[in-house]
Amino acid sequence: MSLTNAVPTPSGSAPPSPPPASGSARGKKKKRPLLGRNPLGILFSAPYLVFVILVFAYPLVYSIWIAFHDFFFTAPGVQVERPFVGLDNFVTAFSDPGVIQAFGNVGIFLLINVPLTVVLSLLLAAALNKVTRARTFLRVSYYVPYVTASVAVVAVWIFLFNGSGLVNQVLGPLAPDPSWLINSSWAMPTIAFFVTWKQLGFYILLYLAALQGVPKELYESASTDGAGAVRSFFSVTVPGVRPATVLVLLVSTVTGANLFTEPYLLTNGGGPNGASASPVLLMYQLGLQQGQPDVASAIGVVLVVLVLGIALLQNRFAGGRD
Amino acid sequence: MSKFQARLRAGVLALGALAFLFPFYYMVIGSLQASPDPTIAGAFPNPANLTVQNYIAINERISLLTGLVNSGIFTGGVLIGTLTFALLAGYSLAQLQWRGRGVVFALALLVQVVPFQLLMIPLYVLIARDYGLGDTHLGMILPFAINSTAVIIFRQYFLQLPKELFEAARIDGASELALLWRIALPLVRPAFITVVLLTFIGPWNEFLWPFLITKDADLQPLAVSLANYITTVAASASNPFGATLAGAVVLAAPVVTLFILTQRYFISTDIGSGVKG
Repeated sequence: MSLTNAVPTPSGSAPPSPPPASGSARGKKKKRPLLGRNPLGILFSAPYLVFVILVFAYPLVYSIWIAFHDFFFTAPGVQVERPFVGLDNFVTAFSDPGVIQAFGNVGIFLLINVPLTVVLSLLLAAALNKVTRARTFLRVSYYVPYVTASVAVVAVWIFLFNGSGLVNQVLGPLAPDPSWLINSSWAMPTIAFFVTWKQLGFYILLYLAALQGVPKELYESASTDGAGAVRSFFSVTVPGVRPATVLVLLVSTVTGANLFTEPYLLTNGGGPNGASASPVLLMYQLGLQQGQPDVASAIGVVLVVLVLGIALLQNRFAGGRD
Repeated sequence: MSKFQARLRAGVLALGALAFLFPFYYMVIGSLQASPDPTIAGAFPNPANLTVQNYIAINERISLLTGLVNSGIFTGGVLIGTLTFALLAGYSLAQLQWRGRGVVFALALLVQVVPFQLLMIPLYVLIARDYGLGDTHLGMILPFAINSTAVIIFRQYFLQLPKELFEAARIDGASELALLWRIALPLVRPAFITVVLLTFIGPWNEFLWPFLITKDADLQPLAVSLANYITTVAASASNPFGATLAGAVVLAAPVVTLFILTQRYFISTDIGSGVKG
């Protein structure tokens, strides 16, 4: 998934839109027109509103509906019974050990990817924020993996990490056997490293924006108090960018839960033996290849509920007192 | 700040840049090798082993031009939709007062936390089955037609423009569309370029949705046809790595070029404000 449809906003920092009636405040009280002072605004926003309803709101509700009904593909226009089946689809999905394994795999992925992402992107952003020379070059090189298609960079990683690839040539006797992507203990971690590398530029960008908002005076007073660079990093920078950290945690968790392209291509469909299968990969295989969209939707609903739960926990722990 | 710390910082940054750039360098080198050389020496160009044969080989299996054209139509459709309707929505959310605009803005924020993957099944049922738009460019474009991040970025920029400017022009009798086109748009050019870049990378790089909706090879964007090549055809090619990497270079080149040309607009504060609403 790309930035364009994966940039969530933390609910905490979203400013409510300004009160709409600033104009009526001055002078004598005039009755506000029914549709506001510039009703043309409704017309201007209407296409977007229709789009959101058609492509997000309706499918979202539909997805939950499918998960609780006996749903199968039919020829267009054919009317069939789709009886309510309660939790049957959820039971079918989670009686499959492959589905449980896929959720476990995503757990492993998140345990590696999320902490690594937060630490590396904050460190690199803080270092980048202080340099003046070669800044443009460094920024461009950090963002390039992020703007490039996964499919293109996956090709290089397959080449780098296969049995006789460059990585193993450099490692020599330390190379894992079987090699990274066909090794059941290394397949998921390798995917986690790949995604960390691929997405890091975006998180560096977020942290760079947040660093501009940390007041310079705090660093000055920290150094007057005798704090060194390390100390002021932990007592000024880290708390100063906390809202960005909450956002980075949220986005990287959502991105991780949506994992599809990497297991599909890097490990040839979640191999070896399902060791790198992700829930979304199974949704594709069960739902669209094997014609069980209802079971796939049930997996999707559980996935989203779990992600929301993790996001709430993260917000509680990293969101802190402010 | 001690000299040691400055050196350490430079070292970390340089190491980072190397880690980010090397795979791209290796992509280009690998795409030009007549026979794949995964040894350490293979990371350096060897004139005896260089060829453009891989580009010809991949082009025979998947038409690169067709793939580029389809990627272009997909991306172009999304760009037109976003630059028209996200601009209108962003302007009306920032500068016009109407009932319900708070709700529309909240929706634009909310949309961004809905994972597309949850919508995969219902969107496939609706677009491919019910509307019969499988294997069409329209079906490919539809779920991405208006980028919500763009709505938020445009709104953010239009908010910074003084309301008096618009009031004055309204008194002079300018229509809302003329205001938007002649006054607002020229003032938010950086936002426009940021949005173009952000919107471009989405559909150009998107794999899952066009992969689901197109089975006809003549309609597949390059990301999809290259992925199909990796999963199925590559095994039967004489130099599968070289050919795959050649395809990867063709897929990556337009975005990387566009990014380098516009990178000075892709700065933290813009995106940051977009993300923070």
